[in-house]
Parts: sequence; structure tokens; C-alpha cells
Amino acid sequence: MPDKPKIGFYWCASCGGCEESVVDLAEDILMVTGAVDIVFWPVAMDFKKSDVEKMDDGSILATMVNGAIRTSEQEEMARLIRRKSKIVIAYGSCAHLGGIPSLANEFEKAEILKYIYSDAPSVINKEETYPLTEFKHNGRYVTLPVFRNIVRTLDQVIDVDYYLPGCPPTPKLLKQAVLTLLSGELPPKGAVLAPDYALCEECPRKKTKPDNVSFTQFVKPHMMLIDKEKCLLAQGVICMGPATRAGCEALCINGNMPCSGCFGPTSRVKDQGAKILSSICSNIEAKSEDEIDTLLNGIPDPVGTFYRYGLAASLLRKKIQEGK
Amino acid sequence: MYSTNGNNIPRIGFYICHCGHNIASIVDVVEVQKYAATLPGVTVSRDYKYMCSDPGQELIQQDIKEHNLNRIVVASCSPLLHEHTFRLAAEKAGLNPYYFHMVNVRENVSWVHDNKEQATEKAKDLARAAIKRVFFHKPLEKKTVQIKPDVLIVGGGIAGIHSALTIANAGKHVYLVEREPTIGGHMAMFDKTFPTLDCAACILTPKMSAVKSHPNITLWTYSEVEKIDGFVGNYKATIKRKPRYVNEELCVGCLDCIEACIYKEAKYPDEFNLGLSKRKPIYIPFPQATPQVVLFDPETCIDFKSHRCKKTCIEACERNAIDLKQTAKFEEIEVGTVIISTGFKTYDPKLSPQYGYGKLPNVYTSLEIERLVNASGPTAGEVVTRDGKKPESVGIIHCVGSRDEKSNKWCSRVCCMYSLKLAHLIKEHTGAEVYNFYIDMRTPGKGYEEFYDKFMNEGVHFIRGRVAEVTDWALVPEEENKLTIRVEDTLIGVVRRIPVDMVVLSVGLEPREDASEIRRMFNISCSSEGFFLERHPKLAPVNTFTDGIFIAGACQGPKDIPDTVAQAGAAAEALSLISAGKIELEPNTAQVIEKYCSGCKSCIPLCPYTAISFKEDIKKAYINEALCKGCGTCVAACPSGSITQNMFEDEQIFSEIEGLLKFAGIELEEKEVEHA
Ligand SMILES: Cc1cc2nc3c(=O)[nH]c(=O)nc-3n(C[C@H](O)[C@H](O)[C@H](O)COP(=O)(O)OP(=O)(O)OC[C@H]3O[C@@H](n4cnc5c(N)ncnc54)[C@H](O)[C@@H]3O)c2cc1C
Ligand code: SF4
Repeated sequence: MPDKPKIGFYWCASCGGCEESVVDLAEDILMVTGAVDIVFWPVAMDFKKSDVEKMDDGSILATMVNGAIRTSEQEEMARLIRRKSKIVIAYGSCAHLGGIPSLANEFEKAEILKYIYSDAPSVINKEETYPLTEFKHNGRYVTLPVFRNIVRTLDQVIDVDYYLPGCPPTPKLLKQAVLTLLSGELPPKGAVLAPDYALCEECPRKKTKPDNVSFTQFVKPHMMLIDKEKCLLAQGVICMGPATRAGCEALCINGNMPCSGCFGPTSRVKDQGAKILSSICSNIEAKSEDEIDTLLNGIPDPVGTFYRYGLAASLLRKKIQEGK
Repeated sequence: MYSTNGNNIPRIGFYICHCGHNIASIVDVVEVQKYAATLPGVTVSRDYKYMCSDPGQELIQQDIKEHNLNRIVVASCSPLLHEHTFRLAAEKAGLNPYYFHMVNVRENVSWVHDNKEQATEKAKDLARAAIKRVFFHKPLEKKTVQIKPDVLIVGGGIAGIHSALTIANAGKHVYLVEREPTIGGHMAMFDKTFPTLDCAACILTPKMSAVKSHPNITLWTYSEVEKIDGFVGNYKATIKRKPRYVNEELCVGCLDCIEACIYKEAKYPDEFNLGLSKRKPIYIPFPQATPQVVLFDPETCIDFKSHRCKKTCIEACERNAIDLKQTAKFEEIEVGTVIISTGFKTYDPKLSPQYGYGKLPNVYTSLEIERLVNASGPTAGEVVTRDGKKPESVGIIHCVGSRDEKSNKWCSRVCCMYSLKLAHLIKEHTGAEVYNFYIDMRTPGKGYEEFYDKFMNEGVHFIRGRVAEVTDWALVPEEENKLTIRVEDTLIGVVRRIPVDMVVLSVGLEPREDASEIRRMFNISCSSEGFFLERHPKLAPVNTFTDGIFIAGACQGPKDIPDTVAQAGAAAEALSLISAGKIELEPNTAQVIEKYCSGCKSCIPLCPYTAISFKEDIKKAYINEALCKGCGTCVAACPSGSITQNMFEDEQIFSEIEGLLKFAGIELEEKEVEHA
């Protein structure tokens, strides 16, 4: 047994879906547990920080960290894991690009706290109690992690070796990644462990995309009956496919929903949202300002549409309010 | 940190030019020079009075050799002006010219700022950005393409005719494609031409026959370009030859068939005479039409309608040239260059209803009068009104559909002159009193003012003012049965009513109806009023933005015959391309990285030069490098980053931006403390 390579899983700012996806390996998980020792997986087994601290530096072959980084505690854990692991893999959209949690970068920290602790309709907080990082009670200190100003990707905090994209990554990609790690034939550092072309390449509706989409309107998926055969862009539904890395085998499209971009951009693109925007805007039919405005009414939430999974990793990163 | 093409560590030479006082009076060039010397990679940094001068260029060349420089940055004027100069200088010293980069500290700095300190700082910013950028430059090779020697000319007016003869006389083959059944264009309609008043036919007809008989000219009349693709030097065109129902090789233009037509009287409006006379279903546009070949109008020929005509025409034709079963023929040709000389159309005066054209029978357009005064026109040169009377007084109204906010804003340039000509000819033919109503007389040109002077002395009346109205509503007995022209005579400041027998509207020149289709087909541009756009009004007046496609004559904008013929120098441009035999293409082109292209087709409709196509077999986009002009539209729009462009690669652009921003005090890497 001591020969088996050690693997860890950890989570930061995430929904838990990534952890589920590990379980989604189904019977293949036996293959994984047969080949490796899982030495750290808080969601499934009881581990304490001190357990990890006791391990030798570099003694874990690879740790898959999911979730974005918002708090000081997540930072600390990420750094600890970095020390203990030979390879760190950012697992899933949040660790890779910031994910949905990083949409919070549209708001100032104070705004967020005020909403959560005072203004949200379900909250009554007459005393205006806000969380403190340190609180003395009966002579003892209680501490809470610091809530940072912005949400960051894992590689904005520690050095990351590989990325498994997706919200969440598919079991197939996870299995491939584990097999690659075990094979010892490692890809170049920094690689995203998925194909480097866009989703259209593997989209079953590719042949129905017209040469000139020439958008006349944008419709949100719930507002129409979507034709199951036809390219979604050709139907005026924003599909992130052309700007999104392939590898999911068009899961959403097969469910008759547009790609929302969770695999992030290809290696050649710095900013996924900007890229799809420049592509879509170049292809709109509207010419006059009024026509353009009407057309744009079909996209009520541009950041949530084009940067749903990647705001933290994008060139925008966060909203800066005037005067700050 | 820097990928610098293998072991090729950058050794940058930086040069800033004083441009006399142009740059040095605002930018402290010595300070910029000293600053650049401190930047990583810079081996040599100098300032010099005139970098573009021979000694300036030699300075660079010497440094390349002595200091083994492998990147050159020159901060001087606009790249439009001297990029080529410096690239060539670098090349002569053995450096790939694309290792050179230019910074514009004149137009972008010294000419637009007056604060010396800030201007110097800005020059440093730009220098730094360029120095960061050249780290990532790559050696590039220019591609050459061969130029096919044959030329396609579209439109056989005087512009097309003159160009065709110039090229054919130089020994190159021309395909001249004319839409109408004859060449000649507008000029063929005129009797005399200003300013010399020489007979239009006497100059034009010999040229027309020369075109017809020239061994180097293939003349296709009654034909249109159906399709064209390709790129400079290598165009493939399909020409549609509409059926005349007469075999062009056999017909000799004896016109016996017209005589024999079952219609004894001509019954249908004659297009060439603008409906002022009649023709039969089989006709020839005018006696000197070239080629001398008749044609059928299937709309009016009985046999096309009912197949029940006796076909006396066929019987009359000894050469069996008539072929009622003829269909359109398509010719495929390959040419290296194209000249577009499709001319103009005249303004439709019905759009200015105050002048009564189309309602008042004795209101004519200038073009109609050209036919009336023409010895071979519908009245054999007699000027008579529609009711057959010789006019005693005639009013010529200038600027109809020109210089007018409501129709066309531009001056049509030829109307003042042809109005003078027509005034003279009408007076000569009828002895009538002729009034010219003008806003301003525009007669610039050799001998033109003299032409105007002559007719002022001849007794033609000139009234300055824009005509308000032409009416047949008589207010006084003298106006009965006349057309009254109401105008404010601005020279004496009174409103006048002048009764005349005939009104001539000097209609302006406009782009042809199909100009925008032609523009799309040949991938050229139009200026706002719709005439074809030249690449540069002074430096490249007959070139377009598409290499190998030239424009000549009035399709580029209103002009008279002398200017049109001068512009047929487009022929010279085409010839110079042909004799060079090949052309070098700038390597700043875009290319699709095939293995990464997902076939999303986002780029396909965007290319303004239609350089991008979709390869159906492999389902990927493909850029024809010979057509690509390097505008970068597709590169920016490719959503998966699978199109790259030489000289504008991401790392080049980002390092340049970084150079700029760093200097402006913006740190790109944010520190963690900021987030706490
Ligand atoms: C009333 C009037 C009087 C004038 N008098 C004088 C004068 O006395 N002196 C003077 O110097 N200038 C005069 N001009 C100006 C003169 O007409 C122009 O300068 C001259 O005709 C311009 O020649 P062009 O070959 O460019 O165009 P055009 O004469 O218009 O010839 C264009 C030719 O192209 C053909 N064509 C068009 N489209 C196509 C197509 N898509 N495919 C194939 N063929 C096509 C047309 O059928 C035509 O034959 C006068 C103009 C007017 C309106
Ligand atoms: S760079 Fe411009 S010219 Fe070249 S292919 Fe792309 S869109 Fe066309």
C-alpha cells in the first residue's frame, strides 16, 4: 500500500457540484481508489488542517482544488496544499476562472455585506450586526476568516500546474486526468486538460450554422420553443459555444440549451467574454443606434451572459466604482 | 521571459528624429534618446536631424553592422510616409525589414501638443511601447503574385474606349465589355463638344472603329460582367452576352432587314434618341453604331409574341445572320487587371416638379437637346418644339439636380459649359433669344472662360438666380401659349417672369443606378454620393482600394471629356502592373490556424475584401492571403482565437500596451494587499 500515489481533494468558494462530479465517476471511482490513496477529502471524510500540516512537503502527488478564493482561510489552505503537493490542479470553473462566485466582483465588498446582513428581504437585523473577524467572549477570542475585497481564481493566489475545466468537469475528463497523472507523461505546465478548440467543433448542430448569422434579435432560451436541430445562434439564442473550449461533448446543447461557457476560453484567448462579444457584435444586422439598442434589449444581463464563469480571470476582473 | 526567436537576443537600435524643428522644438529628443538607452534590450540609442535623409539611413545601416543590431525602432513621422524607407534601409543592411518598427512622434506628439514636458513624456511612453514590442517581432517574407497580362474594361464610353486603345496599342490584350448594343457612351449622343465646338462624331467615330478592328481588342457589346473572383493579377470573370438574335459574325450592317420589317412605319420609342423618335422591333441604335450589327427587341417583335410573323426580315437577310433562337452566351476570361469606366447617368428632372418636366411638353432635358441639335438626330438637326414649331425664345436652367440640398449637393462640373454650348447651338440653329439662368458660372479650364466670354458677346442673355418655377399659367397676354420662367434676378434684385417657347433643363451628373452592385461585385468603395472612390484623390486618383482594379472617367465623379480622357491614364497604371509582371504583397496578412478552427463561421461574412471562405470538406475557414489586406477584422472577431495576423500577434500588441501603461503609472500586476 505505501507505494500508491497520494491524491487529495479540496474545496474553496464553490457549490459542491465539483465534489459531486467525483462521485459521478460511478464504478470508475473504484479504479481510482484502487490506483491511488486519497489522503485528503474533507467533503467525504474527516480531515483536519492539522492532518495536512503533519504531512511531508511534496508528499501528495496531486491535489485537485475546486472553488474560487474569497476568504483568508481559503488562501491559507491553498498555500498549505501547494506546499504539500507536487501537482496542484484547479478543478472546475471556479478554481479555473473564478466561476459563478466571481460574479460578485460586480459589487463592492461593503455592498455585498450590507445586502446579505441588512437589506435582503428575508433578513431582519435591527441591531445592524455584522460579522467581525475577531470577537472576545468570556475572555476567549473567536475568529472568523477575512472576507477579501474580490474573488480570485486559484492561480491568482498560488502557482497552479493544471486545470480541469467545467461546471463541473465531466467524469470522463477527470478519469482521463487521473490516468494521465498516473502514466507519468505529464502535459506542459499550465495546460488545460481538455481540447484546445471551440465547442462548435464537436457540436451536433454544427452543419446547421449559416455562413452569415446576421443577428436580427436575441431571445432568452425560456422565451421561445427552441428548434432541437438547428444552431442556437441561428435562432437568436446566445450560445457561448464558439468562444468556449470543447470537451464537454456538447452536454447542454444535447439538452436543448445553449452553451453558457463553463469550459472557459481556448489557450489563445485572454478574455472569453470580450471575444464572444466582438464576434457577436460584428455579426449583428442592426445599423442605426436605435436598432442596436432594441437588439441589445435581448441581453438584459451582459456580464452574467458573457462572463458567467470567468469574471475573475477576465481583463475586467472587478467593477471599480467611480471615485475609488 | 521573452521569446526572441531562438537564441536571437534582441539588440535594439533606437533612433529619434528631430525632423528639423518639427519634432525637436516640442519634444526633448536628447532626453528621449537617453531614456531609451536605459531600457532593456537597447544597444544603441541616437538622435539625428533627419533620419530619412541618406546619412540618417546610413547611420542605421552602419550600426546594424557594427553593433550587430537585430531590431530597429525609429521615432519620427507617420509610418505612411517613411515606414517603407526605413524598412528598406534595414533590409539593405541585411536585416529582415519586419524587425523594424516605427513610432510616430510628429503627427501624434509634436504637432498636436504644446506642453514640452508632457510631450517629451508621451514620446518616451511611445518609445518604450515600441521597444517592448519589437522583442516579439518575427522575420516575414513578402509574397509575390504573377500578373496576367490581359485587361478587362467595363464600360465603352470615351473613358473605356481611350483606355482600351492605349493598352491595345501597347501590345496587351483587352476585353471591352459594354452593356448597350454599341460603344460610345454619352459622347456618341452629342453633336458638338465644348470648348472647341468640334464635331463629336468626327473625333469619336474613328476611335470607335479602331476599337472594333484592333487585333488586341475583344469587343463584347450588349454584354455585362456576371461574376468576378480572384485577386490582383489573377481575376476570373464571367461575361454574359445577351442575345441580339442576330449573328454578330455574319451581320455587316446593311440594314436591309430593318427596311424589310413587316412594320412599314417605325412605331416604338427609340432609346438612343431618348424617345424623341421611333424605331422598329429590329434596329440599330444610330448609323455609326459600333459594332455595325442590328438587334431585335423581343418585347416588340411580333414573332417573339405570337410566332406568327411572316419574318420578312429573315428573307431579306442575304447572309442568314438572323437567328431568332439565339440565347445568352457566357464567356469565361482570365485577366490580371480591371478598369471600370461605367460613366454616369443624368438627374431625373421629374424629381424637381417645379420645372414641369414630363408635364409641360416643351420642357426638355439637355440630353434631349443634344439629340435635337444633332445632324444625325431625330429631327436632322432642326430644333423644333414637340408641336413642331421653331422656338423664338428658349430658357436654359442650370444646376437642375446639382448644388441643391433637395436633390444632389455636388456641382456636376460640366453643366455650365454644356449649357453655354447648347445656348450657342440653339441660337445658331433657330436664331431664338436664349436666356441662361445660372447660380454661379463655373468655367474653370483651359479656354473655358474664353468660351463663356464669346457667348456673352454673342448676345446670349445671362440671368443670375435659381429658377423658382416653370409654368404655363399666363398672367399677362404675352405669356399666353408660352412657358413662363419665374426667377429672382439676384443681380438687380427683382422677381422676373420670362415667357419662352422652350425650356432646357441642364441636368446634373449622378452615379449609375447599378453603381452599388458594381461596387460590390468588384469589391471597391463608393464615396458618400455614390461615385466610385479613388484610393487617394491626389496620389492615386485612378486606383481603388482593391489592387488591380482601376476606375476611369465619370464613374469616379462628374467630369468633362478632356478630364475623362486624361483619367483614362488608368490604362497606364494597369500597364505598369502588367509590365512589372508581378506584384509584392505586404505580409501583414491573417491566417486561420486550421487545427484549432472550430468552423463556427463567425468570420466568414465579416471580411470587407471577401478573402475568407469556408472549406466544406474539412469544415474550416480559409483565408486567401492574396486577397487579405490585413485589416484585422476577422482576427478580432474569431471567438476561439484561431486567426492570427502577422505583425499584430497578441504578444506583440499586449507587450506594446504594457509598455504604454506601465509608463503611464498603471501597474498591471495587482498586489495582494489591495484585496485585503
Ligand atoms: C448634356 C451633356 C452634354 C455634355 N457635353 C459635353 C461637351 O460638350 N464636352 C465635354 O467635354 N463633355 C461633355 N459632357 C460630359 C461627358 O458626357 C462626359 O465627360 C463623358 O461622357 C464621360 O465619359 P465616360 O466614358 O466616363 O462615361 P459614359 O459616357 O457615361 O460611358 C459609360 C459607358 O459605360 C457603359 N456602362 C455603364 N454601366 C455598365 C455596366 N455595368 N456594364 C457594361 N457597360 C456599362 C455605358 O453604357 C456607357 O457606354 C456632357 C454631358 C452631358 C450630360
Ligand atoms: S484581416 Fe481583414 S482582410 Fe484579412 S481576412 Fe481578415 S477580415 Fe479579411
